[in-house]
Amino acid sequence: MAGAKEIRSKIKSVQNTQKITKAMEMVAASKMRKAQERMQAARPYAEKMRDVLSHLAQAHCEYKHPYLQDREEVKRVGYIVVSTDRGLCGGLNTNMFKAAVNDMSEWHDKGVEIDVCTIGKKASTFFSRFSGNIIAKADSLGDQPSQEALIGTVKVMLDAYDNGDIDRLFLVSNEFVNTMTQTPSLMQLIPASGEVDTELDHHWDYIYEPDTKPIIDALMMRFIESQVYQGVVENIACEMSARMIAMKSATDNASDLIKELQTVYNKARQAAITQEISEIVSGAAAV
Amino acid sequence: MAMTMHVNIVSAENEIYSGTVTEVYAPAEAGEVGIMPRHTQMLSTLKPGVVRIVTQEGEEHSFYVSGGILEVQPHIVTVLSDTALRAADIDESAALEAKTRAEAAMKDKASDMDYAKAKSELIEAVAQIEALKKLRKKR
Repeated sequence: MAGAKEIRSKIKSVQNTQKITKAMEMVAASKMRKAQERMQAARPYAEKMRDVLSHLAQAHCEYKHPYLQDREEVKRVGYIVVSTDRGLCGGLNTNMFKAAVNDMSEWHDKGVEIDVCTIGKKASTFFSRFSGNIIAKADSLGDQPSQEALIGTVKVMLDAYDNGDIDRLFLVSNEFVNTMTQTPSLMQLIPASGEVDTELDHHWDYIYEPDTKPIIDALMMRFIESQVYQGVVENIACEMSARMIAMKSATDNASDLIKELQTVYNKARQAAITQEISEIVSGAAAV
Repeated sequence: MAMTMHVNIVSAENEIYSGTVTEVYAPAEAGEVGIMPRHTQMLSTLKPGVVRIVTQEGEEHSFYVSGGILEVQPHIVTVLSDTALRAADIDESAALEAKTRAEAAMKDKASDMDYAKAKSELIEAVAQIEALKKLRKKR
């Protein structure tokens, strides 16, 4: 019964794999709930920030912030790519990188150069493999990213814009639609554009305290950071649900495999028994 | 009926307060400001301190903010509170750190990004995932 033994050890190893995938599925499921709550909690800030920004865009202010102005000539563009730190989450990162690379190659064809800022290990591995020009990077943010961890990375990109090194800034991340669906999203951060609120269509302006420029600068910086932070938090929720789904299907596949192997094993066992009986019978007949 | 306005106090990591109030006091850069409904539009940075609100029912609530931005519209007040302590030099060193991390990753890679290669590999990976999905459906 050499064949049967081999099959048995094979079944054992598949069972062990199944245990792992099952455990990972459950871990991802519990983390997903927390990640989703965090995503919901971060949403009001990003929304209010967008509201304030669109008000500001309509205020008749003497100081126009550079982040609100379109630069006509685009020589170099920047991307902030938000990915996961770990794999085993299905096609989540791959689909997002594809969206990013498609967009990048369009700029590339126009002769525009590209700078990348990566958040998450997968993005930095991916872009360094293809010799992308990574100018800032952050990873190992964990499941509860703090905004502090992102300030530095975002500042590098904003400085690059201020110095005229890049003329556009995009944010690439995954958008959480629901547990089953995550879609890659590409958003233009700079120049920023707000929605128009028709109620505010008359001539008005804010009272600025202490002064116009510093406060608008501070506001714009926080706006960009909040959008990136929202992207990161959302990406974690995406990662967890994608991993949960991937691990669930891996567990299902493993049970299918075990079932098949079990049939093969039974057949082999049956064949060995049959053979033994016929050997005994023919042995008895010979006597 | 007393005049009211809507106030939203939010920080990047959660929503702190949202509701209808009659008065808001906030630690603005130039000193504490009190805001009543129909205040003219105002935009100010906040110092670390306490934001106080008086609700319609006359109850008083206080919230600590570690700086941020205050936006006033005639009937909406928004407090965008910071979660991180910030200062120019702290931001600067964080930026430097991010740069060094990137430089370490980019060592001996000065040539231009190879889009064709990246694209083809991605297409392959996506195709693999699609194929796996189809295979799974079949079974």
